[in-house]
Amino acid sequence: MTENNELIRSSAAALAGKLAAREVTAVEVTQAHLDRIAAVDGKVNAFLHVNTEEALAVAAEVDAIRAAGGAAAEELHALAGVPIAVKDLIVTVGQPTTAGSKILEGWHSPYDATVVQRLRAAKMPILGKTNLDEFAMGSSTEHSAYGPTHNPWDLDRIPGGSGGGSAAAVAAFEAPLALGTDTGGSIRQPGAVTGTVGVKPTYGGVSRYGAIAMASSLDQIGPVSRTVLDSALLHQVIGGHDPHDSTSLPDPLEDLVAAASIGNVRGMKIGIIKELHGEGYQAGVENRFNESLELLKEAGAEIVEVSCPNFKYALGAYYLIMPSEASSNLAKFDGVRFGLRVLPEDGPMTIERVMGATRAAGFGDEVKRRIILGTYALSAGYYDAYYGSAQKVRTLIQRDFDAAFAKADVLISPTAPTTAFKLGEKLNDPLAMYLNDVATIPANMAGVPGLSLPGGLADEDGLPVGVQLLAPARQDARLYRVGAVLESLLEAQWGGPLLDKAPSLTAAPSLNDSSSADSSSAGAALSHGGSH
Amino acid sequence: MAAINRDDVAHLARLAHIEMSAEELDRMAGELAVIVDSVKSVSEAAGDDVPATSHPIPLTNVFREDVVGHTFTAEQALSGAPDAYEGRFKVPAILDEG
Amino acid sequence: MSDATLSFEEAMEKYDPVLGFEVHVELNTKTKMFSSAPNVFGDEPNTNVNEVDLGMPGVLPVVNRTAIESSIKIGLALNCKIAETCRFARKNYFYPDTPKNFQTSQYDEPIAYDGYLDIELSDGTVFRVEIERAHMEEDAGKLTHMGGAAGRIQGADYSLVDYNRSGVPLVEIVTKPIEGAGSRAPELAKAYVAAVREIVKNLGVSDARMERGNVRCDANVSLRPHGRERFGIRSETKNVNSLRAVEHAVHYEIRRHAAVLESGEPVVQETRHWHEDTRSTTSGRPKSDADDYRYFPEPDLVPIVASREWVEELRATLPEPPAARRKRLQADWGYSDLEFRDVVNAGVMDEIEETIAAGATATVARKWWMGEIVGRAKNADVDPGQLGVAPATIVELNKMVEDGKINNKMATEVLDGVLAGEGTPAEIVEKRGLAVVSDDGPLLEAIDAALAAQPGVADKIRGGKIQAIGAIVGGVMKATRGQADAGRVRELILERLGVEG
Repeated sequence: MTENNELIRSSAAALAGKLAAREVTAVEVTQAHLDRIAAVDGKVNAFLHVNTEEALAVAAEVDAIRAAGGAAAEELHALAGVPIAVKDLIVTVGQPTTAGSKILEGWHSPYDATVVQRLRAAKMPILGKTNLDEFAMGSSTEHSAYGPTHNPWDLDRIPGGSGGGSAAAVAAFEAPLALGTDTGGSIRQPGAVTGTVGVKPTYGGVSRYGAIAMASSLDQIGPVSRTVLDSALLHQVIGGHDPHDSTSLPDPLEDLVAAASIGNVRGMKIGIIKELHGEGYQAGVENRFNESLELLKEAGAEIVEVSCPNFKYALGAYYLIMPSEASSNLAKFDGVRFGLRVLPEDGPMTIERVMGATRAAGFGDEVKRRIILGTYALSAGYYDAYYGSAQKVRTLIQRDFDAAFAKADVLISPTAPTTAFKLGEKLNDPLAMYLNDVATIPANMAGVPGLSLPGGLADEDGLPVGVQLLAPARQDARLYRVGAVLESLLEAQWGGPLLDKAPSLTAAPSLNDSSSADSSSAGAALSHGGSH
Repeated sequence: MAAINRDDVAHLARLAHIEMSAEELDRMAGELAVIVDSVKSVSEAAGDDVPATSHPIPLTNVFREDVVGHTFTAEQALSGAPDAYEGRFKVPAILDEG
Repeated sequence: MSDATLSFEEAMEKYDPVLGFEVHVELNTKTKMFSSAPNVFGDEPNTNVNEVDLGMPGVLPVVNRTAIESSIKIGLALNCKIAETCRFARKNYFYPDTPKNFQTSQYDEPIAYDGYLDIELSDGTVFRVEIERAHMEEDAGKLTHMGGAAGRIQGADYSLVDYNRSGVPLVEIVTKPIEGAGSRAPELAKAYVAAVREIVKNLGVSDARMERGNVRCDANVSLRPHGRERFGIRSETKNVNSLRAVEHAVHYEIRRHAAVLESGEPVVQETRHWHEDTRSTTSGRPKSDADDYRYFPEPDLVPIVASREWVEELRATLPEPPAARRKRLQADWGYSDLEFRDVVNAGVMDEIEETIAAGATATVARKWWMGEIVGRAKNADVDPGQLGVAPATIVELNKMVEDGKINNKMATEVLDGVLAGEGTPAEIVEKRGLAVVSDDGPLLEAIDAALAAQPGVADKIRGGKIQAIGAIVGGVMKATRGQADAGRVRELILERLGVEG
């Protein structure tokens, strides 16, 4: 099983290289990941659906094209045959899409999301659909109607959310790549607490068509991976203009892979956001963050401090805008056209009552909470004070960013104030849960891109800490440039990827996985991930 | 800014078409009161001179040409429907006349 | 449960009506407002839809450029200002015909605002109706109520939903309160909706067929005692879908409001439903806090900026406005004011224009349309234009008369044949054997017989009482079963008797 182990621990870039060199077949790569899912997902619960047949069929198609050679083989996308997991908020033909909710249990979309069409065009086998907080509402994946996902670093802890399934799948070597969605940090915060990389692109940089909307003006699809380069590669597959999304940027996509390969940050100004570290941040998080700053400084970057005084309103404004838009976006789940229909137990059987009973039974508590909050914020007499004010705060946050980016090329902060907390710990305290997103939310409010990468393990608990980089709108390339440099500096210190330090999920008694403890060789293989 | 009480929640639940038990209304009122309290500073953050931002990246005039694209068959349209009859979605009575 | 009403005259004696209209115009774009599914009437249910129209999870709207341009054209034709920047908003309410459970509409930023329309009433009075706004929105699906009586929502067991119409682009035209119409209010209501319909049809932006719901009217009516400035409480009668119904609904609501006010009760602010069969309205639901639509700017769409260049480009494409066109046509055709108004009121102006274009004179075209076709259409209860008379038919019939092949009486018979689908006029003349008898031989025989049968009349004519000739002509026509040319018969009789005509 050493070979399988190598395959599953390889970066996407390394797999792409091996596939192109015909050292392995796409079927072998895909099967290795399917085997890994079979072996560990019972513990992790990252997947809501495993797409075995289709994934293998796509892989076989890639192998056949490569074997035949010629123009068709030449035209294969670099990531052809590299498998990927898709957050179950993104609609896919041929697989169920649930959004982590009972209200969509068993629903099959009759159309593909634009990003899924692009995965298909690149012939990337889709391994399955990953778990999430219901309708992406949460920071722990505990709000999934299909049970929580477990953090591969400690199965009693949360993998972050809402995209805990995608982050855990990548962290647990069940997939080299995954798609996430980020409304207030749902890609970056799970990345931070699972020791993986996640990117929220500039708003409009990736089409939202086919991502089930939570908050339309905040939502963004982005890549989830184990390396910065892999995220750049995936970003280039899914990014770029889409005429089906009116908010899609018309700009041509930058060469993000090239940016990830620049390899230096000399002369770049990196701004520490005064308001996004220090008080309220776990000591181990703060320590690892400071070490990253030191490394960047040593590499020739200039560290400056910037202040974003209006960020203190960001969380409050977010919890008005997001539920307002969500309350409207989720109105369509009513038991008429698709999904669950529940009949009222007593009283008159009218469509209004059926809608009420369906939504009562189909939505979980957090979804209901946000719908009610949003309904409140938009209702007559409150609109100006709530939704209207929150949109003004957005302007203030954008101005803060503008001022900060006048002083710095890239901003930096911890991704989340703490490492992964225990499952159940904050489940009954919505406000405490919301505070997890305090550092990630400003980027969504302003539409700027953000990247989280592993910053090491916290001293207190030995759990991963995330470092967040933020760039001006449309300057996603800067994130990849700085992120790749910081990643290589950190890995040089650690002697390999951070995930090498993660515990084995296939415990010792397992007969066929005795070699899995030997992660250093796989780690060594990984370190040339950027051969692409 | 007004505090949110149980009657408010009941009214909002009606607007949002979510049936709620008495116990749920009470619990939701308590939770929402805390959340609403924590977001109230937002209404004092920005003055009248600050414009609202509805879209993070400003774009205008994004249009589609008037050209017919794909359609579903009735079968596809109804494939996920909880109930259907003769090519149409079937819903219970709209008026309560019981 | 029919409501009490006062007579219209009594209502007018005591009260002054204030009107307001919301007219929804369905645009005839090829595709829907926000999706590329076809905008087509009457296909199989749920086939002119894609994921966007069904509000499937994950979908996003994209605005139809042609729908925007049509909306701007309507705004310009209504003498409105065109907003430099406007947006769509979401109007949130749950209803099974509304797939997203919100309607994408415009709220505080309509694309067009502050316009007016000068409405000419049947006696030539011109009444200015102020337009508050014209905004864009999307149509809902169609509900069919089953299990109850006559497809009504009342008593239905269940309903069926067809989303083909869902997402069809609409422009809603909203008037300011219309004051001072007095007893002309019902007539003004009809004339206003007719004018809007004419404008959008003339612009080519809507098929404007009311029977298909392309133009739908919600009529607001309130009454106030004469001399009082403050408006009374209004009712809103929904979906009044023919010009006659608009007139009748306003008439009825004025009478109903008057009766309510007379009884000392307050008028309830509510939605009313119009029933064509009973020509009355029934109560819908009262306005309540359930009408908290929670409007907010549509985050999935971006603002529309109508540059002045774009607006002027569109203005340059506008056809001649209907009122100006009427003035021009009346002058060209030489009709008197009364003649022309009759033509307009009969709804055959376009048809006369086409008939003239096909080669008829203005007089001939009017003679046929007003004299023959309008009456037949009324009997058939259809619009004259829908009766099936082609302009070429009229030109052909007229030529046959002028050439003396048939007489006027025969021509009307031929017209009936055309309408009965018997063929072209020439074919019908042939089939029915309707040619005028032009050989004088048989005619003279008939004349001699008629003169012999009525010697007294013949003497009178000889004696100079030429007006008596009718009896002889009648006898000849009877004998020839109407196939003779009456004018020729008259000439021959006078010739026979040696009298100067």
